[in-house]
Amino acid sequence: MNLEKKILKLLEHDAKMSSKTIAAILDKDENVIKEIIEKLEKDKIILGYNTIINWERLGEDGVTAMIDVKVAPEREVGFEKVAERICRFPEVRCVYLMSGTYDLSVVVTGETMKDIAWFVSHRLSTLEQVQSTVTHFVLKRYKQDDFIFEEPEEDKRLVVSP
Amino acid sequence: MSDMNKYLAKTVQSIPPSGIRKFFDLVTQTKGVISLGVGEPDFVTPWHIREACFYALEKGYTMYTSNSGLLELREEIAVYMKKKIGVEYSPQREVLVTIGVSEAVDLALRALLNPGDEVLVPEPCFVSYAPGTVLGYGKAVSVPTYFEDEYRLKPEILEKYITPKSKILILAYPNNPTGGIMEKEDLEKLREIIIKNDLIVISDEIYSELTYNGEHVSIAALPGMRDRTIVLNGFSKAYAMTGWRIGYACGNPDIIAAMTKIHQYTIMCAPIMSQMAAIEALRHGESEMRRMIDDYNNRRKIMLSGFKEIGLDCFEPKGAFYAFPSIKISGMTSEEFCERLLFEEKVAVVPGNAFGANGEGHIRCCYAASIKNIETAIEKMGNFLDRHRKG
Repeated sequence: MNLEKKILKLLEHDAKMSSKTIAAILDKDENVIKEIIEKLEKDKIILGYNTIINWERLGEDGVTAMIDVKVAPEREVGFEKVAERICRFPEVRCVYLMSGTYDLSVVVTGETMKDIAWFVSHRLSTLEQVQSTVTHFVLKRYKQDDFIFEEPEEDKRLVVSP
Repeated sequence: MSDMNKYLAKTVQSIPPSGIRKFFDLVTQTKGVISLGVGEPDFVTPWHIREACFYALEKGYTMYTSNSGLLELREEIAVYMKKKIGVEYSPQREVLVTIGVSEAVDLALRALLNPGDEVLVPEPCFVSYAPGTVLGYGKAVSVPTYFEDEYRLKPEILEKYITPKSKILILAYPNNPTGGIMEKEDLEKLREIIIKNDLIVISDEIYSELTYNGEHVSIAALPGMRDRTIVLNGFSKAYAMTGWRIGYACGNPDIIAAMTKIHQYTIMCAPIMSQMAAIEALRHGESEMRRMIDDYNNRRKIMLSGFKEIGLDCFEPKGAFYAFPSIKISGMTSEEFCERLLFEEKVAVVPGNAFGANGEGHIRCCYAASIKNIETAIEKMGNFLDRHRKG
């Protein structure tokens, strides 16, 4: 694996890992690591850094929905153009082209179910290529991006052992 | 309450309680400690292995197994040994499933020792070999290994401690507490001495999978060594299965039969659900194990570069999950260093002398801890050293 890939593997699991720590793991100079990360950011290989938050623990009730969208593909551009248009809406978090019974899977977040209903009826369904939508609301999140949404597991080991 | 000590067996009275115990009590009394004093993985057993155990229980596997362990498991162990160390063992006659390597060490010693026989114990080492020898009515002879040699056992030093009564040599590499390993050349040099002096080797290879640059080599694989070596290994470290208490011994059928005799009268058999989980680990555990080892390796490098930065002298530990730096610059003894570090900075590391007298002047730091804890602990150790550096 080349150095860039090794750095990306480490950051994929922990975006907050410092260049110093990465440098120690990969036996490289810290500045070399910094430069590579900057280049990866510039080249849009690293698109950004998110935080995975358990909002529910904070008592915040956001709403997330996964919407199956059937789309009429267009000559020349297929699904690209409509997918790009859907991406532009700020409430849309993810857009995937899918195999199977529908075409696009769209993940939308809002504060209330009404927000999402409004988005589907006023924004999404009104696009001329969109033929139908099926909206699934997320009831509970158990695991996301490697993290399990439960009480953090404490270290159960003896503090000192031979 | 009457004093019953006079009734206790002299051999038991003669062995001291583990040196770690005292320090353990001290650490548990202190709140908010970052511990690098642990001797086990910081991973929970991989889920698929735990699931194999649930399945075994659901299916009603709650009975005894044969004394030697489930044949299916012994077969998997034989396949693994052939692949890992290149030595073939008969699952029927040359493999014994034990309650961790700890039991296997005890069995091997008791199966071989006559009163007064000497066991050569390279130190620093894990805490059980010398007491195990005494309980088997043998005499433990400490053989020093040194920081300068990265704690490899040197043939010229070993020779000095061999007497006509020497019978067993313990080899425990990758080593707890030093992280040192023995490479093929190192073992080859010992081989001649072992054969010349007709020694039996108990090779505790529990950390064998945790070998970082390169492959683990077992002395059993060297010419003429198979029958005079008992290889001990288990699941605790590689598969993060310490609490399952499951290990095994492989060796010459006469020795394994003798060990099995003790095992059948004292233990009967290892718990069946642990054995079922072990089968799953050997069949499907490789990729999860590799992931954990890669993680240890990352943290090993973080610890090593951290020690360098704060000026703690440490060789590169190539195995296990320990580093064993020298604390010479502090001018303190190991125990003093560990106690003061605990009180002043709330970082727990283990005094090197708990693993033999020549571990004095060192501390054992375990990197089976989160990156955050390792980095914070090193920063605190750096502050501590800044206050106490001598000269």
